Amino acid sequence: MAGDLRIGSAWARTVSFRFDGELLTAREGETLAAALYAQGRRTLRMSRDDSGPRGAFCFMGVCQECVVSIDGRLTEACRTPVHNGLVVESVR
Amino acid sequence: MSDYDLIVLGAGPAGAAAAIKARSLGLSVAVIDEAPAAGGQVYRAPSPALTATQPDADREKGDALRAKLAASGAVLYANHRVWSLTSGFSVIAIGPDGPLTLEAPSLIVAAGAIERHIPVTGWTLPGVIGLAGATVLLKAHGVLPGRRVVVAGSGPLLLLVASKIVAAGGEVAAVVDAAPHTGWLARAGAMLARPDLMAKGAGWLLALLKARVPIHSGAAIRTIHGTDGVEAVTIGPVDRDWRPVGDAERTIAADAVCLGFGLLPATEVTRLLGAEHRYEPELGGWVPAVDASLQTSVPGLFVAGDGAGVRGADAAPLSGELAALGVISRLGRGGDLAREATKIATDWHRSSRFGAAMSALAMPPPGAAAMIAAETTVCRCEGLSRAKLDAAIAAGARTLADLKATTRCGMGPCGGRVCGEAAAMLIGAATGWDRATVGQPSARPPLRPVPLAAITGAFDYDNLPIPAPAPL
Repeated sequence: MAGDLRIGSAWARTVSFRFDGELLTAREGETLAAALYAQGRRTLRMSRDDSGPRGAFCFMGVCQECVVSIDGRLTEACRTPVHNGLVVESVR
Repeated sequence: MSDYDLIVLGAGPAGAAAAIKARSLGLSVAVIDEAPAAGGQVYRAPSPALTATQPDADREKGDALRAKLAASGAVLYANHRVWSLTSGFSVIAIGPDGPLTLEAPSLIVAAGAIERHIPVTGWTLPGVIGLAGATVLLKAHGVLPGRRVVVAGSGPLLLLVASKIVAAGGEVAAVVDAAPHTGWLARAGAMLARPDLMAKGAGWLLALLKARVPIHSGAAIRTIHGTDGVEAVTIGPVDRDWRPVGDAERTIAADAVCLGFGLLPATEVTRLLGAEHRYEPELGGWVPAVDASLQTSVPGLFVAGDGAGVRGADAAPLSGELAALGVISRLGRGGDLAREATKIATDWHRSSRFGAAMSALAMPPPGAAAMIAAETTVCRCEGLSRAKLDAAIAAGARTLADLKATTRCGMGPCGGRVCGEAAAMLIGAATGWDRATVGQPSARPPLRPVPLAAITGAFDYDNLPIPAPAPL
């Protein structure tokens, strides 16, 4: 899936963050799950059970599918606002 | 020693109204919510980064609610996640600054609703998101679910999400509604009671017809195809009991799917505290049993909003006020409130009809279990297919607790909140029991995943006072 899914509207400052080493951008305050999804980074991890790709599903802190690692701590991407310089690793 | 007269769990329309009412009558009130700001899901505060979009009625209502709550003097603990409670009541939460425990003699649970899901093959692919999740992306973040989206499931969120995608410039490849056309007609009486909301729904429908969005009623997704994400969706007809029938399938190219089958009252807290529950299909399923003041079977424990039964955002504030009056009466404060309570209750019952009709429309009939194929993953956390769960049921599992113990279904990080209803449907399909007989899952702390470090705080093993070993 190509392109950015953000609807053209006025946004405040843009910040940058890293996801598995790749430099990406977000609007300041946007949640990590929304920023990754909007830029086509929809696969956040591989399932331990069927090795299939998984990504954010509920976007409201219920399903735990969007869990990523920040500073070694498991965190839901949908409840984490992006700030400049945030370093995010996927959970393998 | 209590910290407050009242703790309200949830700062959506019901919780905020309860807190404001209780404060206006002199109670000290704390409100706890998981989100960074009040508003709940329906009036969710937009991301602070999203500074200007078109004026939106929900946004304005949310801003008004946040302003009124802030002015009320209630203490809002935003970004706090409640993970355990004890009766009496202690509320144990985790916030940005660490653990928080608050005590109060009264508790109003306004926890809202969660989405009901019926699994379909391929629903674990990235790009398949909940209908409620799609509203978060669209409303709070200004992000489209995809370029070409299939919107599927049941209930009014189908039209809301599809029309928002179209309005934002995305393409809706199809709306796929399991309910037959006649389902909407059967509820017309209750809908006519609210011409304003009817007009809102008709407006969504009109926008979809104008954009030439195909709307398939009496149909459901059979398979979602893709390798790294959604690539195509196969749909087919279902009968009145939502069983797939015939081979009139069609495959539609799409890069995202929004999927959901109505809302369920979020009852973890009332279950954890041992309140009695009843099965009310018109209200979304299992709801806490309450008296006229919305007090549960546990003294001092009240419920309000969709968590007391899915009645929608218009009814929610009235139930919040009613519960607040109940709390005040029970504490013996505030004088004679009976007349006011009667008036609020009348308005609440009237405004509940529309939301309850919408809730009933989304409700899957028992045959819907046939939509889940043997190979379909039901429990996403533990990677359990229908075939594995059916095998455990055939071997004697009769309750959700049995299934959890034998297969780990519902034991993963979501706590069964995504797969629980589907698992109950499978038990019902195998035994012939209705949903009421299958029963509810038990609630156990932690209600949400909690990092151990957040509980232990600054604890360090080096701080343990270990005496020096005695000399030999």
